[in-house]
Amino acid sequence: MTRVLDYTLNGVTYGMIYAAVAMALVLIWRATRIVNFAQGAMAMLSTYVAVSVLERGANYWEALLAAMAFGLVAGAVVERGLIRPVENKPPLNAVIVTLGLLILIEAAAGMIWGDSFRAYPAHFSVVGLKVGRNHIALSDFDLYVIGAVVVVMFALLVLFRWTGIGLRMRASAFEPEVARLLGVRVGRMLTLGWALAAVVGAIAGVLVAPKVFLEPNNMDNVLIYAFTAAILGGLDSPVGALVGGLGMGLALSFVGGYLRSSLETPGAFVILIVILMIRPTGIFSGAVPRRV
Amino acid sequence: MGFLRSTLGRHLLYTVVAAVLLWLLTLVFSDYNNFQLATLGSYAIAIAGLSLLTGLNGQISLGHGAFMMVGAYTTALLGKHSHLPLAVVLILSAVAAAAAGLITGIGAARLRGPYLAGVTLALAVGLPELTIKYASALGGEQGVAVNPPVPPGFISQTSANRYLAWIVIICALVTFLVLSNLIRSRFGRDFRAVRDDEIAASLSGINVARNQVLAFVVSAACAGLGGAVYALAIGIVNPAGFSLVLSIALLTGAVIGGLGSLAGAVWGGLLLVYLPRVSDSLSSHLSLSKAVSSNLSLAIYGVVLIAVMLSFPGGVQAGLRLATGAVRRRFGGSRRPRGA
Repeated sequence: MTRVLDYTLNGVTYGMIYAAVAMALVLIWRATRIVNFAQGAMAMLSTYVAVSVLERGANYWEALLAAMAFGLVAGAVVERGLIRPVENKPPLNAVIVTLGLLILIEAAAGMIWGDSFRAYPAHFSVVGLKVGRNHIALSDFDLYVIGAVVVVMFALLVLFRWTGIGLRMRASAFEPEVARLLGVRVGRMLTLGWALAAVVGAIAGVLVAPKVFLEPNNMDNVLIYAFTAAILGGLDSPVGALVGGLGMGLALSFVGGYLRSSLETPGAFVILIVILMIRPTGIFSGAVPRRV
Repeated sequence: MGFLRSTLGRHLLYTVVAAVLLWLLTLVFSDYNNFQLATLGSYAIAIAGLSLLTGLNGQISLGHGAFMMVGAYTTALLGKHSHLPLAVVLILSAVAAAAAGLITGIGAARLRGPYLAGVTLALAVGLPELTIKYASALGGEQGVAVNPPVPPGFISQTSANRYLAWIVIICALVTFLVLSNLIRSRFGRDFRAVRDDEIAASLSGINVARNQVLAFVVSAACAGLGGAVYALAIGIVNPAGFSLVLSIALLTGAVIGGLGSLAGAVWGGLLLVYLPRVSDSLSSHLSLSKAVSSNLSLAIYGVVLIAVMLSFPGGVQAGLRLATGAVRRRFGGSRRPRGA
């Protein structure tokens, strides 16, 4: 019974991180109809920036802020410099560009910081909380991770639902031409969308770093799980990203716990194929009319 | 002369000419050059398959490293546990990869661009991990050693690498001959029709899903054959050799050569063989640190992917076509109509 509880708690913590990265993918997909395969790599790079700031004597929160600031700038630069030229080309071109960016960033991180694993401080205790006489698989740090992702999600909800800039971003994503006619600077909104997504990614990168260690490829698997989560929820739906992320976290935690942890990625592959066979547009998206 | 003017005849002629030229090359090449030729050929086979899938049928795959791995492991395991003749082993390897391609393709036929990329990405990352789960059968991290092909009696004087180069050349030429005819057949036209407009294609009576699965199977079979001869060349198969980097390198090769172009696959193969060497010599010349030099070729793949896609999406072959077109116009020669 405790095993079930532990796997569940563990799955929820990881699920929140997958949900955050999935949310970043959804943000970009809604804005530009592109899946950013470099999302994980950009998050990893932001985390390395945080490590460098930490090594200069900053505290955990300053490092987190530095990572977020770096993500903001990097997201905007990537959109302006690399994505804008392929935005109206066949979707394949954008996919290939983000893949190129993925390995370019991983190679650059390896060049600057080396390929070895690094520990990242957790800032909160990672010892499981005590319930009765047993430790459960939920630590202060896990609670912080869950709380942080909830705060991020809530902030995004507020931004998109109740602010003018959020409204303009949604307008640019859904009806770029009409939005432009109404005086929305659509190009800027798309850049802002990429920048915001990179900030969310950076937060996820810093949150996951103490759990998986930091190295140039550490986000590869996270990206795949997050992508699966985003598909699970339908690439268009932020709520879907959250539910999908939790679902992936739980599923992988049980697969890894009861079978073998090396089966997690193949497990994600199987889940992905099965979902796409049953509901290609995801569970939370409405019917999508195809171009005729 | 009539036969040589037909598509099949022309392709057969090209193949025979290429075979003779390549055979002469292997005779003057050093042992190491022959080894390089063999790896180039194995990459070119796999890239040709990927290029067909992506360029002609519009489906992207980041999982071709995984299909190469299926072919390579099939060759390694059959070589270890059976005494089948090499040709049979190679065919079975291609069939095994085709089967893997069939499974992925059936899932993939419902998917478009980024979704498909994500599924095949998961395949590329996930499949190597299986070798660790089933370490007793698949050799775990260390992998499985592959016995080098032994030249039969009547050419037993031939060095192992030259014989290897011949095997790869035969496989590559057969693959290119089959693919180039396929491209110009009804199937090739259907592939392009589906790529350009699925709805128009299905209105013209093409079964879009079946067409996409077929392209995936053909493409995976090529990758499997490429992986099989790659395993023979390298002499060992292990999960590290078939990581995501290989899949992305294959895609880079297809992109730089020109997506959808078979000749482009050879350029891609050249890139994959020579880039690591160039980046090594560059690192030692500039005395770069180990961290930089070990990541240099990866960085170059990334830059190439981005730069080609942003500035010249047609790759080397499109550039050559432009250049030869300009020369022909300049000198007023008659332009023989030729397919891409």
